[in-house]
Amino acid sequence: MTDKINKELFLPYTHLQQLIELLKQDGFNCVGPQVRDGAIVYDTLNHADQLPWGIRDHQLPGEYSLESIPDHKAFAFANGPQAIKPLLFKTREPMWKVVRNDQGKLEFIPYQAKEKPIAIFGARSCDLVAMAIQDKVFIADKNPDPRYHERREKLFIIAVNCSYSSENCFCVSAGTGPQVRNPFDILLTEINNGFVIKAGSENGNKIIIQLNLNDVTPPQQNEAQQNVENAANMQTKRIPLNNTSQLRDLLFNNLEHPRWQEVADRCLSCGNCTSVCPTCFCHSEINHPSIDGSNSEHISEWDSCFTAGHSYISGKIIRDDTRKRYRQWLTHKVGSWFDQFDSSGCVGCGRCITWCPVGIDITEELAAISGESNIISAKNNK
Amino acid sequence: MEKMRIAVHKFTSCDGCQLAFLNAGEDLLTLSELVDIQHFAEAGKINLEEKVDIAFVEGSVSTPEEIERIKRIRNNSRFIITIGACATAGGIQALRNFAQYPDWLAAIYATPQTIQSLNTSTAISHHVKVDWELWGCPVNTKQVLDAIRSLLFHATPRIKNDSVCLECKRKNNVCVLVAKKQPCMGPVTQTGCGALCPTLNRACYACYGPQENTNTTSLGNWFEYLGFNKEKIAQQFLHINNQAPAFKNAGQYFKGIKIVNQ
Repeated sequence: MTDKINKELFLPYTHLQQLIELLKQDGFNCVGPQVRDGAIVYDTLNHADQLPWGIRDHQLPGEYSLESIPDHKAFAFANGPQAIKPLLFKTREPMWKVVRNDQGKLEFIPYQAKEKPIAIFGARSCDLVAMAIQDKVFIADKNPDPRYHERREKLFIIAVNCSYSSENCFCVSAGTGPQVRNPFDILLTEINNGFVIKAGSENGNKIIIQLNLNDVTPPQQNEAQQNVENAANMQTKRIPLNNTSQLRDLLFNNLEHPRWQEVADRCLSCGNCTSVCPTCFCHSEINHPSIDGSNSEHISEWDSCFTAGHSYISGKIIRDDTRKRYRQWLTHKVGSWFDQFDSSGCVGCGRCITWCPVGIDITEELAAISGESNIISAKNNK
Repeated sequence: MEKMRIAVHKFTSCDGCQLAFLNAGEDLLTLSELVDIQHFAEAGKINLEEKVDIAFVEGSVSTPEEIERIKRIRNNSRFIITIGACATAGGIQALRNFAQYPDWLAAIYATPQTIQSLNTSTAISHHVKVDWELWGCPVNTKQVLDAIRSLLFHATPRIKNDSVCLECKRKNNVCVLVAKKQPCMGPVTQTGCGALCPTLNRACYACYGPQENTNTTSLGNWFEYLGFNKEKIAQQFLHINNQAPAFKNAGQYFKGIKIVNQ
């Protein structure tokens, strides 16, 4: 059976529904991209026709729009406002509850969600790299998060190689895509009338075998390869210094650069960039007592380094203005992240650029400080 | 132990914020066992001059009588907590602060001389010391109950003033500003409503007042880039919380009025 792992087969569009059904039979809640409120979002996927067939996104700093294209493709788009993050690291979740029992003593009850495991359709390379970083925070850390851990262990990953890049994608320079290199259960590459499909795990293999698929033909293989190359070649944006630790050295040697104030004049300190970033993991813990005071829920919720509370320490807000907060975000994201996690915290998905309400572009800010361009000129873009 | 005594007062307002108590459902019954409600006219209890631990104040000061009444309430109360945009920033009725109020009165009423009112509508904090402010138009049950619960625990009420955006993203909403180019005020507005309007696919209209660290000029400039004219942008700021300093200044800026002494 294992001999078919890594063997590439052809999954016609007509068999996509069967793939969903097999995963549902195995007890998974299938989650996949679909159009909602003018964007492509992840939601429960019961039918293959819910996928964004023939829909393509256009992204500019602070702008996102969808268009219909003649190509009847399921994954003709780059990405939507969120990656895998909200599926594993919940935006708000109880951690424990404390109640006063009959003897008048406090009793602490840990919270562990009882949820169906998730099978995610369409995880992209950048998002899988980001998830691997979050795994370091929530699983490999000395204080792992049991809720994240359980969801992550049970996650079934149907990855998709990108065949299109938005105007804000820069994974090539970030070293994170568009070809999927991180672990997956099943990998799809979209071609004419279907997908090149291959298994990346024993679980993935078990599913694929049940689909009774034919081998891919050499022209189909070429088409798949060409599509991923096209996605790489259409990128016009790049992160200076190729996302290496040279960024850390650059930023920490330029903490008083005038650019920090210039970006602070535009930055709204609203926290949207951190909310859409697939690697940002900051959260705060709050208590929700019942009105009678007999019990209280301890809740974790997404927070941001752009809030006053983030740097509030014993009566003082350390980062009291936007200049300090933006600098904190960027020097951590592509700077001290290297010391903490041995990689950059930027995966090149471009979400912080698109979903910034005033279109602040991380690559442009790094270009201003490094003096290295963030634009790939047509000449170099072969 | 003696129960905490509370009062709910009304000044110039629509009465909507007091509903945060009346709509609390079962929690209102629990609350009535935990505290002594001394004065709450909308709920039928009138005991205006009683000494209390917490006075919740709804409404702005817009008449000479109200100036005197709020001073008496201050003297009778350990803590004052304002509830809503009127009490906290003067309310929508403070738009008259930008106009020649006597002219308005004369234009509307046959006998303006019989109306006893001030030329301005102002926040409670302009007249007396306020301990905590709950923003919103209207405030919601969670805000008022959280404040009472904290004080029952002898803890300082924890009032978050981060942007609406953080809450909007926690709800997994698609940003109406980025994806629909609506003039959403979420990035400069403080949380507390649960991102109610964007969750219903509508731009935030800033009823919870300025967030802790606003950049109104940058947001207004972006609205201009999206094609909104300066008058419309000024109106976005000069709305329910038109007297909140950050919004007042932004409104004047986009109206093209030069501001000195800032």
